[in-house]
Amino acid sequence: MSKNFEQKDRVVIRFAGDSGDGMQLTGTRFTETSALFGNDLATLPDFPAEIRAPAGSLAGVSAFQLQFSSQDIHTPGDEPDVLIAMNPAALKVHLEDLPKGGYLIVNENAFTKKNLKFAGYEENPLEDGSLDSYSLFSIKMSEMVKHSCEGLDLTPKLVDRTKNFFALGVCFWMFDRPLDPTIKFLEKKFGKRPELVEANTKALNAGFNYGETAEIFTTRFKVDKAELPPGKYRNVTGNLATCIGLAAAAEKSDIPLFYGGYPITPASDILHQLAAWRNFGIKTFQAEDEIAGIASAIGAAFAGNLAVTASSGPGIALKGEALGLAVIAELPLVIVNVQRGGPSTGLPTKTEQSDLFQAMYGRNGDAPIPIIAAQTPGDCFYAAYEASMIAVKYRTPVILLTDGYLANGSEPWKIPDVDSLETFSANYMKNSNGDSFQPYERDKETLARPWAIPGTPELEHRIGGLEKEDITGNVSYDPVNHHTMTVMRAEKTANIVKHIPDTPVYGESGGDLLILTWGGTYGAARSAAETLLDDSMKIGHCHLRWVNPLPKDLGEILIKFKNILIPEINYGQLIKMIRAEYLVDAKGLNLVRGRPYSAGEIVHAAKELV
Amino acid sequence: MAEEQKTAPVQTRKDYTSDQGVRWCPGCGDYAILAQTQKTFPTFGRKKEDFVFISGIGCSSRFPYYMDTYGFHTIHGRATAIASGVKLANPDLSVWVVTGDGDGLSIGGNHTIHLMRRNMDINILLFNNRIYGLTKGQYSPTSELGKVTKSTPMGSLDRPFNPPALALGADSTFVARTLDRETKHLQSMISRCYEHKGGTFLEIYQNCNIFNDGAFFKYTEKDTKAQSVLWLENGQPMMFGAEKEFGIRLNGNVPEVIEIGDKWTPDDVLVHDETDFVLASMLASFTSNDDFPEPIGVLYSVDAPSYDEMLIDQIDGATEKMGKGELDSLLNAGDTWVVE
Repeated sequence: MSKNFEQKDRVVIRFAGDSGDGMQLTGTRFTETSALFGNDLATLPDFPAEIRAPAGSLAGVSAFQLQFSSQDIHTPGDEPDVLIAMNPAALKVHLEDLPKGGYLIVNENAFTKKNLKFAGYEENPLEDGSLDSYSLFSIKMSEMVKHSCEGLDLTPKLVDRTKNFFALGVCFWMFDRPLDPTIKFLEKKFGKRPELVEANTKALNAGFNYGETAEIFTTRFKVDKAELPPGKYRNVTGNLATCIGLAAAAEKSDIPLFYGGYPITPASDILHQLAAWRNFGIKTFQAEDEIAGIASAIGAAFAGNLAVTASSGPGIALKGEALGLAVIAELPLVIVNVQRGGPSTGLPTKTEQSDLFQAMYGRNGDAPIPIIAAQTPGDCFYAAYEASMIAVKYRTPVILLTDGYLANGSEPWKIPDVDSLETFSANYMKNSNGDSFQPYERDKETLARPWAIPGTPELEHRIGGLEKEDITGNVSYDPVNHHTMTVMRAEKTANIVKHIPDTPVYGESGGDLLILTWGGTYGAARSAAETLLDDSMKIGHCHLRWVNPLPKDLGEILIKFKNILIPEINYGQLIKMIRAEYLVDAKGLNLVRGRPYSAGEIVHAAKELV
Repeated sequence: MAEEQKTAPVQTRKDYTSDQGVRWCPGCGDYAILAQTQKTFPTFGRKKEDFVFISGIGCSSRFPYYMDTYGFHTIHGRATAIASGVKLANPDLSVWVVTGDGDGLSIGGNHTIHLMRRNMDINILLFNNRIYGLTKGQYSPTSELGKVTKSTPMGSLDRPFNPPALALGADSTFVARTLDRETKHLQSMISRCYEHKGGTFLEIYQNCNIFNDGAFFKYTEKDTKAQSVLWLENGQPMMFGAEKEFGIRLNGNVPEVIEIGDKWTPDDVLVHDETDFVLASMLASFTSNDDFPEPIGVLYSVDAPSYDEMLIDQIDGATEKMGKGELDSLLNAGDTWVVE
């Protein structure tokens, strides 16, 4: 039977299965292969907080969506074109997102009475006609891998575990992707257990060959390489990019990197990654709790390191008092908050943008901290680099906001040239030239105080959490001085606005509607803006990287539009800051579901407003 | 730490005295501790800029302001954690934590035990006055059961911590106790802390003459001191009393006080061995125990690799094995492809 190639600009695939089915690995393999092939792409891993919820249960469904394209794309896609459901629970959870006519590939062997009942199906949907409106490919994957692995010295359980690679093989066939990178990956991953390499490779090949020979598929798809700016690329997740950014900042500035932190989802990968880079001289310290994580970082900053701590909302809450200490001590410090659903433990593995207020105001006293928010997984590199640079240059804690979606999502990232990165240095205070040293005497331009680190002769001094006297840094309870220092701290943060370049506005520079975003909502909003502009609407998209201070030109941008729409994954935070600061009647889009917006939702909200 | 000593010009107490006026209550035990510290530090022969004092919150935590060294008066309970960062960032520094029974054992208890567990090369001076002074007189985690204070008008219901036992339980490699009023002993204990390679825990009984006056008079006043204190000396029999007429012996595995005379000779008395964990635990159990004298001195001291030293070894090892990290290779790691 002849198989035709159909050309597509972009395709969205969603792999869904039980937590034990290896969907994250399968999705990552498809991603890496597509990245190497040259597509632009964006990913959305979506997994439960439970390590292993009961097999076959709805709670245990884990999914990985990616969009890959021959064009420049910004999101992991709204609705999937292809849904792979490895069991009835995965079908139950994800079918509602698959448009009619969409491709549905299922592991028929998993549709047992027990699993159907567990997923809440009274009838087998593969047999009752309820899936007739989809292009259903029901494949006995478990049986297939049993055949392909015949003769290998493996338990039936291990053989069955290779079925995700069978499904991957089918997808590779459908979208004409090479198998080699995955086979190499398997050799590396299971190098010490050749039987597992062989079994998974056989399953992968079997899936690919099944597509080739079985009579059920009529069409294959071609998604050409994307026209990306020339350069060398790699695929990065946001957490990895954050780590590279921090390491790059340390290397470029020649300030040793210290990381103090405590494991927390979804920030732990930052600790894992940095801990592996000991040969860069990076010191990581898994502290006894979140407070000790930031406390050790403050100590390291006092002693002259580029100090970093990372956490997520609940952990940042615990660090609040120490953040205030970093503010009053005016020490360089980078605090990464990989935001997740809250309040309290909330939704540990789901994304949210609801810690903006926490970053802005979550401390006692007037305690301003500059805030930068990364906009894409790859931008986490630049945001981490910039946060480090500002922290050192202005001697201040800086909060870097990312989120679960950026942290675990990935995209092709153009590797920057080392020389193109802006340099900065510690500029430690050397000696007092015989004069008495004044720890709170400031640089006139940055308002930064000197960084005089222990071990430097003649600069012995004491700092602390009690109010400081201007210039001397001695303890002071003087009312006028307290006011002076409060204003000084506010001005020092506001002064960072000098560093922020003019804000680009995408699309129209004035008109009916401005979509204003921050953080991980960038991608969906940019896609939405493209759609709206294609519809000849007079709209613009403005994205904020620095949230505190706000860019100096933002007010002028806002007044050029009749309407302002602020989509954010919280119940209205940036919008309150914007309304308070600029007295504009901005409208919010606030769906707080633990997942990113689709571009379609923003398009819809924009059309409603205009 | 001794091996890292650097030559320094001859120093005096004045070199360690800052220009800030001391603001403890007149008569506070903290004055004596400050004075002995300022007297002892010049004897180490180390550059002044290498010393860092980190404190939390409480009366004792004002200490760094009065030492003319690097100092950081931080937040309640976290001094030990902040000190860890200082030490890891620059292991060449001599890092000292000044804390109290509230700061170090209540709000900061978690950080204190973990610091000791890791054997971070940091010296903890825990000023124990068995009361909250700065907040004006509430009971602390070392106050005796039934303590009547502002927050416990009918007596406290908390059983107190036994600090040396806690330190031993946390696997500290150096556990000692001294008294604010015993100036020479205090100096010698501070020196021992400095010389010990690895983390040290020194509990200093300190009188709060405002809110808990006389808490330790039994061990400091002439008429009771001799029969109430067991001065520990390594390799020496555990004897006490005005004429050293009493001793500690083991009856089976149960310690008891014996009187030297017809029945017992000094040969029956236990000999102190600082490296014996079981002995140290037994001594710790004498704390505030009416059947035994209060052990003062070094209870326990053993050598073990410190966390900071192992971290540096790990970095050196990784650098040797993998080569010094290059930013360019870090950026270009993993699968890459080129877009023309």
